[in-house]
Amino acid sequence: MANSPSEEPEYDLAVIGAGPAGVAGAVTAAELGLAVALLDAAERPGGQFYRHPHPALGAARPQALHHDWGTFVDLRRRLAASGLRHLAGHHVWTVVPAGPEGPWGVHAVTGADGGGPLVRIRARAVLLATGAYERQLPFPGWALPGVVGAGGAQAMLKSGLVLPGNGTCSVGVRSRAGARVVVAGSGPLLLAVATTLAAAGARVPAVVEASDYLGYARRPGALAAQPGKLAEAAAHRAALWRHGVRLRTRSAVTEVHGADRVAAVTVSRLDRDWRPVRGSGRRIACDALAVGHGLVPQLDLALALGCATRRTPDGASALDLDTHQRTSVPGVWAAGETGGVGGAQLACVEGELAGLAIAARLRGRPAPTAIRRARSLRRRRDRMRAFADVMARTHAPGPGWSRWLDDATEVCRCEEVTAGRVREAVADHGARDARTVKLLTRAGMGWCQGRMCGPAVACLAAQVPGTGLPPSPERRPLAVPVPLGVLAALDEPPGPGDGTG
Amino acid sequence: MAHDRNPARLVGAAPGPAFEITFDGRPVPALPGQSLAAALWAAGILAWRTTRVGGRPRGAFCGIGHCFDCLATVNGTANRRACLVPARPGDTVTTQEGNGHGELAV
Ligand code: FES
Repeated sequence: MANSPSEEPEYDLAVIGAGPAGVAGAVTAAELGLAVALLDAAERPGGQFYRHPHPALGAARPQALHHDWGTFVDLRRRLAASGLRHLAGHHVWTVVPAGPEGPWGVHAVTGADGGGPLVRIRARAVLLATGAYERQLPFPGWALPGVVGAGGAQAMLKSGLVLPGNGTCSVGVRSRAGARVVVAGSGPLLLAVATTLAAAGARVPAVVEASDYLGYARRPGALAAQPGKLAEAAAHRAALWRHGVRLRTRSAVTEVHGADRVAAVTVSRLDRDWRPVRGSGRRIACDALAVGHGLVPQLDLALALGCATRRTPDGASALDLDTHQRTSVPGVWAAGETGGVGGAQLACVEGELAGLAIAARLRGRPAPTAIRRARSLRRRRDRMRAFADVMARTHAPGPGWSRWLDDATEVCRCEEVTAGRVREAVADHGARDARTVKLLTRAGMGWCQGRMCGPAVACLAAQVPGTGLPPSPERRPLAVPVPLGVLAALDEPPGPGDGTG
Repeated sequence: MAHDRNPARLVGAAPGPAFEITFDGRPVPALPGQSLAAALWAAGILAWRTTRVGGRPRGAFCGIGHCFDCLATVNGTANRRACLVPARPGDTVTTQEGNGHGELAV
């Protein structure tokens, strides 16, 4: 039957996501003797951070697009040597327990954009390493072609060797003058994106950061414990300086200009609450705008399983994890950005910790509290988590950002719902949360299921005083789009091959 | 100065030979290993879809399969995410209008 998934043998552990956290967790568990399946939507391991050119592009120096490429080379070597099963091109859309603590049925669609055959694997434990996606805050003109996610611009550059804007060349394609790309939003990713774009030939007229960097200075302890981060930031600043890139803090792109593609942006200064300062707007000509306001944990699978969450200092929801990376659901662990956005190094450490803990658990041994390796990993994790909290607080969206919107601004890109209609739903029809706004306006009901507009809609609906952020994580029944026939086939029939016990 | 730099040079790329795809009937070069969206960007094309309600142009936004802004009709099949689908020699990409099923309207 076309709709029934092909069965895979049962594994000890299914790891979902092959970014730094997932690969580190999977190889650690496999090296300790577990039978591990590593499922990921992409063709190659690395996740978004270690995204790299397709082998057919023959990149001799992929490290030129990365910091810390050596860490990934090492992980990749361990992955190859571990004998674990790497299931590439597998978009996991649900995880279903067969009993109160598993085993788990992990369901995936396959192929480049999910059109391929269905697969289900079974595992005694699950490690969620699903990473994060970019937080977007709307503003007039942000749906114009040439406006791209800051992370998206970097992803397209890392994997396809292209720049947004006017088609700055790659090999075999006519060379043109470098595109002018303004980089804007908030968070440490912006500096990395701007540096990489400039190194790859883009002209970056400005990096526009909505916060200032004073938040870091207010927590000198956390910063001092992470000298590497300081050095990294300094290196980015130096590179930007070399490329003649101006960094404007406490500023935002509040409007994009252009008929059918980006021609210019308006940059405004912001007050403490991120409200644009009247009369401060200045126009900058450009071919593209790369924009993003940090990252939010991607929790679809975890929320569907009922994992408890916590609120991070930037108002996002992350998984609530214990010291061994366990979620509140027995049999389910998590590592990396799912537990709060903190970067690739932290993700590797957490993945390894989770791998150790899962191996101990499945072997019926006590959690690895005392062993040296785990102790030193935990110390590093706690230091990096503390820094991640400072980072989140520093770049948390201020409540005034909604002043960037006029009533005609599209908030939901898929369903083309404007800010005016969302405000109407709130003011005239009493909507107080994203769900009610969704029912009244269709915001968040389109293809992306609110991934792009969710945080913005929830904020406009809630108008929580003193915060620009949504009150609770959004639940989505499906983690990736799935044909209806697939849902009909999901009944997890008990029977031969069920592997319970 | 910026003119001498480009992504391929940055990573020392030596790709396989370029091949051709078409976008709305016009030839567009692509490199093996590039997604359709990357090939279109490299050719300076930023939009390959018009929206259902306002008929407004859209192209790639998130670049990683989340936003669905990059939907295109590829070899006659609508609603393919161009940022995920690899380019293959002879692919035809056509601007997708509305929900992509206009030609099926009854
Ligand atoms: S650009 Fe977002 S899904 Fe393709």
